[in-house]
Formats: sequence, structure tokens, C-alpha cells
Amino acid sequence: MLRLEPRPERSRVLLWTTPLLAAGMTIVSAYLLFLIIGVDPLKALGHVIIDPFSNSFSRSELLVKAAPLALIALGLSLGFRANVWNIGAEGQFTLGAICGGATALAFYGVEGLWLFPLICLAGMLGGMAWASVPAALRTRMGVNEILVSLMMTYIAVLLLSALVSGPLRDPDGFNFPESRIFHDSAIPPILIEGTRAHIGIAIVPIVAIFLWWLTRYHEIGFSLRLLGDTPRAGRFAGFSENRAVWFCLMVSGGLAGLAGALEATGPIGQLVPGIPVGYGFTAIIVAFLGRLHPIGVVFAALALAVSYIGGESAQIAMSLPAALVGVLQGLLLFWLLIFDLFVGYRLRRVAPAKGGPRPAAETGPKVSESGGA
Amino acid sequence: MDLLAEILFTLTIASTPLVYAAIGELVVERAGVLNLGVEGMMIVGAIGGFAAAFTSGSFAAGILGGILAGATLALLFGIITQLFLANQVVTGLALTIFGLGISALIGRSFTGQSLETFPRLDIPVLSDIEFLGRVLFQQDILVYGSILLTAAVWWTMSRSRVGLIIRAVGEDHEAAHALGFAVIPIRLAVLAFGGACAGLGGAYLSLVQTPIWVEDMTAGRGWIALAIVVFAAWRPWRALLGAYLFGGFTIIQLHAQAFGVNIPPQYLSMIPYIVTILVLVALSTDAARRHLRPPACLGKTFFTAR
Amino acid sequence: MMKRRTFLAGATALAAPLPLRAQSDPLKVGFLYQAPRDDKGWTERHELARVELQEHFGDRISTTFVENISEGPDAERVIRQLAQQGHELIFTTSFSFMNPTVKVARQFPNVRFENCTGYQRAGNLATYAARYYEGRHAMGTLAGLMTETNTIGYVASFPIPGVLRGVNAAYLAARKVNPDVRMRVIWINTWFDPGKEADAATALIQQGADMIMQHVNSPAPIRVAEENGVSAFGNAIDMSEFGPTATLTSMVFDWAPYYVQRVQDVLDGTWGSGDTWAGFGPGMVTLAPLNDRVPADVRAKVEAEIATLSGGGAHPFAGPLNRQDGSLWMAEGATPTDEELFGMDFYVEGIDGSLPT
Repeated sequence: MLRLEPRPERSRVLLWTTPLLAAGMTIVSAYLLFLIIGVDPLKALGHVIIDPFSNSFSRSELLVKAAPLALIALGLSLGFRANVWNIGAEGQFTLGAICGGATALAFYGVEGLWLFPLICLAGMLGGMAWASVPAALRTRMGVNEILVSLMMTYIAVLLLSALVSGPLRDPDGFNFPESRIFHDSAIPPILIEGTRAHIGIAIVPIVAIFLWWLTRYHEIGFSLRLLGDTPRAGRFAGFSENRAVWFCLMVSGGLAGLAGALEATGPIGQLVPGIPVGYGFTAIIVAFLGRLHPIGVVFAALALAVSYIGGESAQIAMSLPAALVGVLQGLLLFWLLIFDLFVGYRLRRVAPAKGGPRPAAETGPKVSESGGA
Repeated sequence: MDLLAEILFTLTIASTPLVYAAIGELVVERAGVLNLGVEGMMIVGAIGGFAAAFTSGSFAAGILGGILAGATLALLFGIITQLFLANQVVTGLALTIFGLGISALIGRSFTGQSLETFPRLDIPVLSDIEFLGRVLFQQDILVYGSILLTAAVWWTMSRSRVGLIIRAVGEDHEAAHALGFAVIPIRLAVLAFGGACAGLGGAYLSLVQTPIWVEDMTAGRGWIALAIVVFAAWRPWRALLGAYLFGGFTIIQLHAQAFGVNIPPQYLSMIPYIVTILVLVALSTDAARRHLRPPACLGKTFFTAR
Repeated sequence: MMKRRTFLAGATALAAPLPLRAQSDPLKVGFLYQAPRDDKGWTERHELARVELQEHFGDRISTTFVENISEGPDAERVIRQLAQQGHELIFTTSFSFMNPTVKVARQFPNVRFENCTGYQRAGNLATYAARYYEGRHAMGTLAGLMTETNTIGYVASFPIPGVLRGVNAAYLAARKVNPDVRMRVIWINTWFDPGKEADAATALIQQGADMIMQHVNSPAPIRVAEENGVSAFGNAIDMSEFGPTATLTSMVFDWAPYYVQRVQDVLDGTWGSGDTWAGFGPGMVTLAPLNDRVPADVRAKVEAEIATLSGGGAHPFAGPLNRQDGSLWMAEGATPTDEELFGMDFYVEGIDGSLPT
């Protein structure tokens, strides 16, 4: 008889091989799915997986698509390790776009190298302000941050729609719900001529390496891990849970806000109601696929970017439905979550009917556990 | 008076999908599971219901199709979170992303089709009563079903042994396990029930309210259902009230516009979300905490050697 | 008819020189859609026109479409990919693609772009749109004559000039034939949310409207009208299948002749940028066959109205015309220029309610 039991320590080998296994199984599932819907599976998979790398423009677009996902996921994974469940990054991203965009519009036509950094700062502050609501409510009143940050997302999306239909609307734009197009000083410098690859992409590795250093070598990183793994021990050791909550939400809110400001001023170049396209939610997948590790997150963001751009290629070349991307992303995550069981647990052959019920949730390594209210 | 009756009549139609989804999620959360995939379950319920009704020509089949589709997706969530011990927040999000995608894929062959009008019950005599007749006795069977469901869930959760067990599992799964209750099978059953309710809520949209199938037609209603559960502090009758308040906001805003009152609609649409946050805050006060706090094991993974 | 045209076009093309293009390769034409191609609305009309275009030119062109592209950061990449893959003429069929199209057009000076309903143009970027207000003017006449409660309900999307022109044109036409008519408008701030559209239509009916017009994209309002026994007007496609009794008519767009013309221009080397804004005259706007319920005298009046509009006779917005606040917009005897029409951001005098700002 097989029995599932916790490993004394998480398997590091499996931790890093499960994403590959999951990707493999997703490809197998996609193959079957294509067969079912009557599409040549090899051709479709070729478009999804190979096209994004086939030319330099597509490769640059991978970076453009991955950058906001990576920035948001870097912040989120910090919190997820410490059991701080910010699932409202979409809202913080939107506020970053609003604040960054509003700054660009306030200085419309003003030239200067200082303007773009100011826009980035405004975006970060906007994201942090939005994240401060769940932070304050959780630390002061014990309110569940999952639910508050989710509600704040809907408010943010509606706020953007209201602002671009009102105060931030382009005065020469015939009432269409969108802002002016930002002027040159307000948009991020382009890294590679002829592409949309902007300076924000260069920020990603810097942030990733800094966070990696922080979590590995700095006291804050240690205390966050401790709080995430064994909250009680964390509190014993004198780490303030409240401080950790504030820290995680400010970092993730700020990074999501920065991503929003970069997205609005970069690839989009104006404020439109359609800026929030779900990056904040996709970034949660990215964080998990990247094993909540700063460097892993960067690669995971690239993998998700491939699914978007490859899905689009398949759409263009084979007229496949756009909905396919969501199905593939969902499948990828399902497989990942299924395989993840074996990172923290192992199957053991044991004699049948041995031992009674065993409350092991506290003793086993926490694969994942979300915070209650 | 007539207009008020009409407004209330429409309000029930706009609110009923929310009632189903919220009541289902409420039971799931009382059992200690946080399934954020309500939107995904609703949308597969919408296509499952529509596809079944369209192919078979029977509304009963449509209702069943919605229920089965929602429950199937919920069981997928159950297997991943309960048997493979995955994080519930992430699995719920994956469920929504997957549900939106797969429903659009399946729905391609049903785009642009429409169903006959869903029958309304005209309860003899009673439906002729001025005002009340229109509001209370001319609805369709699923509206009455949603209220019966609320009553049944209220009774089950607060008065029956089954409810006691579900709550015990949600409050302290280890103690429940020690007492000999099968935590995981109970949670799987409850999840299937929650998925069935969400699926039925989605099917109400595609069978009764519109009645057509279009991609993304749930348009965020699953997330609203999650908000309603919190708003209701995990109490069934309050969830019904919450669903009617949320539904009412939409309808009253439309009527206000037709009357010529014009506040930017986005600000009005924000109100329910802001109210929900305020309710969360109110629930966190000490007095409220004794009665109205969330289930203690909400969202936590249960593991026992097996 | 179509076959012969195809044949003739093919014959002439063989003889004619094709400047700027290699003769052997088929011309690649790309289409960008914001919704699924079978959305039973706006996009479906473009898709039907694309199919017709492909049939018309046969193997002399090859067409590609990309559907369901949101207005966010993806549009620019997709347009660009179409350009990079050798598409020489690209139609982006939504206003929300205007700015991305402008950006890509700047980078691909040798590719021709056409944006539907936008207002920004360049040497290689043309714009085109239909005069919806002409269609709505004719529908307003029909609604004004058919209403019994003297109330027209209008489910509207965003308060942009393109939508406001329709509301105003319908109201002015209805008032002309029925001085007691009132118009109630609900803005739902989305192009597409069947649930919300249904709720809005229901609210309008409950407030006494027995004519439901819509400038949103799903057939949900038609279904609601059918269930409540009132009349409705379809948008973009013939929506009568969703409400055989309710649907009095639908405004239908026919983009095919325009697409055929523009492709022919490219083949002939005569393509030039510009703005095309066409109505009943060239057949870009048509009304679907009127419902059998419409009495003969009403039918005659609507047909006369269409004939007048086709011939460019009476302008729907001919002066004197006041804004809702009573201020003068168009003096007696004047007719608005296209620029003035494009900037219409108000209700005309007589419409109830205020515009959301």
C-alpha cells in the first residue's frame, strides 16, 4: 500500500523540475486538445512554441510582454513566501498607470530628463497607496487582505474608466474615452531601435537580483521566510508580523505600480480604459511557476510571454480561437500544482492499516497555505 | 407603483445568478475552502447550460447541463487542492482563467444561437394581486428555486447535523478529523455543491436573463459573488440580501439614468465594492468577531497521512 | 452578378500593368478584429465583407484576419506582425486600434493601412466609416410613426460623437413625424455586456418605452423586446432572428464594396489616403427588410426618407438646430460640415436627461 507522507525537507530537485514536467504535460494536453478540435497539433504547437523566437521583433516583444509580468510577480512572490496574499496586483498596476499617466499629462509638452523618473515614481506611489489599504486593514483590524485587495482591483479599474471619460480625457479627442498621447519626454527610452523594447525591461534583472540578495542575505529575507514557514516561530523570534505585511504589500504594490506606469507610457503611450488586461492575475501564475524565487520568476515570465505571443501567432496563421491561450495557461498551472505535491511529500510503500489519524498539517513542510482572516 | 413593481421584478432577475453563486460559495467557505474560481465555474455553467438546452431543446436539460458543468470544474479544483494539496488561491485563479478559455472554445459553435423564452410561472389568483402579484408570483421557477435554496442552506447549516459537520470541518479540520469525520471527502462534496450552484447561476444568465450565449458573458459576476459572501459574513439570508443589493445597484442605476439623473456610472458601480470593504472592517470589530468571523480554517490546506 | 464582376475584374487585371507590385504573388490583405469573427454584430459584418472580398478577387489576393484583439498593448504588435509578414494592405476595424495603427504606419511607409471609424490619417493611413446617423434617422422615422406610448428607449454605449449623432438623428426624425415623442437614453459604458444590455432595455421598457433602439453590440436588447412584446431595432447585422416579432428593422453595414474598391486601387497602383464616410448612397448603410407588421403607409414614408438620404437631399441635422441647453448650433438654412458632425458632443434640444460627463 502506498502512503503519502511529508518529506523532512522540500525536495529542491523536484522544486525546479516540476515546472519543466508541467510544461511537458501541458504540451501533451495541448496536443490532445488540438486533435479533439480538429487542428493539426504539430503545426499549432510549432506556432505557439517556435514562432515567438523566430525573428528579432518577436523576441523583443517577448521581453515587452514579460517585463510587466516579471515586475509584478517579483513583488508578489516576496509576499507569498511570507503568507501575505496580495491578489490585487491588477488594481495596483492600474493605479500605477493612472498616477504615472496623470503625471505625464500634468507636464504635457514639458521637456526634461527628470520627467520620466518622476512618472515612474508616481506610478510606484500610486501602486503603494492602493496596496496600503489592505495593509492597513490587515495590520490594524485583522481584515483578510485577499478579499480587500480583490475589491480594490475593481474600484481601480472603474476609476481608470471614469478618469479617461472625464478629467483625463483628451481635450481634442472628440469625447472618446482616452487621454492624449504622451509626449516624448514622458515615454521610456527605447533600448533597441525599431522595437518596443524599452528601459523598463532593463529594470527587471536589477530588481530580481536585488530581491534575490535581499531574501538570501538580508535579515528581512530571513524573517519573511520564517514568518511564512512557521508563523509562531517567527513571532517568537521577535519579528513583527505587521512589519512584514507592510513590507510585502509596499514592495509588491510599488512594483505593480511601476509596471503599470511603464506599460501606460511605453507600449500603450496613452491612458485608455483597456490598460488592465489581467497582468496582475497572470503574475500570480508567474510567481508560482517561478517557485517564488526572484530568478525563477524572470524565466517564468518569459515562459508566459511565449504562451501569449505564440497563441497570437497560431491565431494569425491558423485562425485558432484566442481563447486557446487561457486554456493553455490554465492547464499549465493545473499540472504544476499537481506535480508540486511531490516537492513537499513523497509516496512510501508501507504495511497496511498502520497508525491512526495523524494531524500532520502542522509538522509537514508547508507546500502552500493561504492566510485566513 | 407599477413601475416600482417592475423594477423589483427585474431586480430579482439580475440578482438571481448572484444568489446561486454566492450561496454555493458560502457553503464551500464554511467548510474551510476558499474557491476563487467562481467566475470560471459560472461561465462553464453558462455554456454548459446553453449547449445542453440548445441541443436537446429542453430547459430542464439546460439546467442540468449548467449544474454538471459547474460541478465538474469544481471537482477539478477539489482534486487539485484537496488531494494534491495545492494552494487554493492560485488554483482558484487558474480555474477562472481555464474556465473562461474552455467555455469560449466550446461556445464557438453556439455563438449567435438563441433559445425560446424561459417559461414564467403565473401562479393562478395570487399573480393577479396588485403589485405583489407581479413581484412575487410571476417569476420563473429558478427565482423561487434560489430562495428555496437559501432557506435550505440556512436550515442545513444552522439546524442539521450535516451543517454541524461542515462547520466543524471549516473551523478546525484537525479536530474534525480526530473525531472521525472524513475531511477531504466532505470538502469534495461541498465543493461539488458549490460548483453546481455557480454553474446554475451562470446557466441562469444564458438560459433566462439574455438568453443567448456569448463569450465572457458573466462579465465579473463571479467575483461579485465572492464579495457577497464576505458582505454576508457567511450567513445565507444575508447573502440573499447582499445579492439583491448588488443586483439592485445595477438596476436602480439604469432607471435613474432613464429618468435623467446622471452621475458617472463608474462611481455608482464602485459603491458595492466599497461597501464590501466597509463590511469587512465592521466584521473585524470585537463585537462582530464573536459571531461573524470567517471560518477559522478558510483557505488552509489539510493534510493527513493516507 | 457577383460572378460576372469577378470574371470581368480578373480579365482586366491580366491586361493591366501592376505598378509597385510583383505580379506573380497574390496581394496579402490583413484584417484586425476586436471581437470574435462571428460575434453577431460589428465584427461579423467585416468578416462577411472579407469573405466576399476574397471570393471577388479569387487567387489574386490572400486575406488574413486576427480576431479578439483587445485595445491594450497587443494591438500594435499584431498589426506590426501583419505588416512584417508581407501584408500590403491592412484594415484595422475598430476605433480602439487607431493609435496603434498610427504608430505602425509610421514604421512601415510602404504598407497601406485603413482604420475604421478613426480620425487620424497619414500618407499611408486612410480612414473609413459609415454614416450611421443616416440609418438611425430613417429608423427614427419608423419609431416615431410606430410608437404608441410616444416613448423611444435607447441603449447606448459611450457618449462619443459617433453614438450621440445616432441618438440625435433618431430623435430629430421621430419628432418630425410625431411631435409628442420622448427619448430616454441609458448609457451602459461598454460596447458589449449582454446582461447589462438586457437590464438596460428592460428598464427602458418599464419606463414606458415601446421602441428599443441600441448602439451596443449584442442581440440581448432584441430578446428583451421580444419577450415584453415591444418593438426593437437591430444594430450592425439583421437581428430579426433573435426577435422575429419585435425587430422592426436593423441597420446593416455593408463594407464589401468599399473593400473591393480599395483592394482594386492597390492592384491598380491608385490607392491614396483619405477619409471615406458613406451612408445610404453608396450602400455602406442599409436597412434590413422591414417587419411585416409595418403598415404600408409607414413603410412608404420610411422608404421615401431613405431615398432622400441616399440622394443627399435633406440633411438630418439641417438648421435651425439647438443644443439641449437651448443654445444655437446650426443656423436656419445651414447644414453641418463633416468636421462639425465629427465634434458633436451634446444632446439636441428636446431630449430628456443629461449627458454623463
